[in-house]
Amino acid sequence: MEFLFDTATPLGWFIVKTLVILAFVVVLLVSLAFILLADRKIWAAVQMRRGPNVVGAFGLLQSFADFLKFVFKEAVIPAGVDKPIYALAPVLTLVMAFITWSVIPVAPGWVIADLNLGILYVLAISSLGVYGIILGGWASNSKYAFLGSLRSTAQMISYEISIGLVLITVLLLSGSLNISTIVEAQSGGFWNWNGIALSPLTFVMFPMMVIFFISALAETNRPPFDLPEAESELVAGYQVEYSSTFYLLFMIGEYLNIVLMCAMISLLFLGGWHAPFDFAPFTWIPPVLWLAIKICFIFFLFSMVKAIVPRYRYDQLMRLGWKIFLPLTLLAVILVAAWVTFIAGGA
Amino acid sequence: MSGLLLDYLPILIFTAIALVISFAFLAMPLIMAPAAPDDEKHSTYECGFPAFDDSRMKFDIRFYLVAILFIVFDLEVAFLFPWAVSLGEVGPYAFWAMMVFLGELIIGYIYAWKVGALEWD
Repeated sequence: MEFLFDTATPLGWFIVKTLVILAFVVVLLVSLAFILLADRKIWAAVQMRRGPNVVGAFGLLQSFADFLKFVFKEAVIPAGVDKPIYALAPVLTLVMAFITWSVIPVAPGWVIADLNLGILYVLAISSLGVYGIILGGWASNSKYAFLGSLRSTAQMISYEISIGLVLITVLLLSGSLNISTIVEAQSGGFWNWNGIALSPLTFVMFPMMVIFFISALAETNRPPFDLPEAESELVAGYQVEYSSTFYLLFMIGEYLNIVLMCAMISLLFLGGWHAPFDFAPFTWIPPVLWLAIKICFIFFLFSMVKAIVPRYRYDQLMRLGWKIFLPLTLLAVILVAAWVTFIAGGA
Repeated sequence: MSGLLLDYLPILIFTAIALVISFAFLAMPLIMAPAAPDDEKHSTYECGFPAFDDSRMKFDIRFYLVAILFIVFDLEVAFLFPWAVSLGEVGPYAFWAMMVFLGELIIGYIYAWKVGALEWD
């Protein structure tokens, strides 16, 4: 049996990698179950409700009960849909959401594929996620779904540009596309983190972090930018004809993307797995836990925004993306490039 | 196998696993859940009346415009990636070269703003 797990042989390497990926998927899905619960609990707390509290202690098992409910519901596939595309759309969404995670390092060396082009890969695959939404909306043969998917696509591609430009500012500072290298460049304490460093550049980088956060809200169709599924006008947007696990795949994909965005903010701006102070009591906590803490903190902000901020109007949303974020991020790219060329490089 | 391709092999394995999980999820209700087909249930969702017209209808030209603008700016971002990674090493020449390009791009952006391509109402 030993030889099966020997990473020197191709077969052993394949088996070990597959097991690692399976373990990662299980950890991801189980954490997602609790993150979903946290989202609902925080939302409830803001509205002075209790939230889910029946299944398990404090409702801890609510997400698992929901999963069972999804599985045992009839999958209603409306008569007019384009069946192959209708089934493909949620699969595409979930697969894209999953495989983006393969380049996210969760601790030094703990990464499924340590690509040199990590950031570019994340940008490329998260762009492909749009296809799941537009195909789902088109295949459903419903006006609500069609309009919702159009809105959603326009919104996602608009904010992708500001996300891309914010990524450029980070790349300028770190000089690498590899996410592990970007995180290592921020070691030594919170005064080295890209988002809150003790340097004049922070006046540019901190706003960039905020813009990334807001764009991430729009990119993942979270409130206050949840126009594609604005309940009062489009019912549920592109998901309106989906039921049972077909809908579940969309939902898991959406939350995977949200947590991915939280992880990206932590890795690019908040030092990833590094402790805020590089000495004793802080270094006792393992790196992977530091990253988890940061992801949870950013997700808490996502939840609070959902609970507090009213929904945007569509023209306001497009104006924010094209007329405010685009020029601001472009200006930031120029400023950071000038800093790297003339001040950091020249010194 | 070369090292570069080997880097991407785990992603292929991950894709296969994700596909298996997705299709397993889709198959579950088809096997386990009750099925009671009904004409009303399988009709397109609409608020209390039969759906009229084709749902793949004409849509607003502005969506098309957004897509075109997206291609321009997203290509430009993709163009910036290699420059951003190597700027620390190639120095001021690369900086000024890119500023000329960005200057042209900003002229285009101002033009798009002036003709109202960025307006939504």
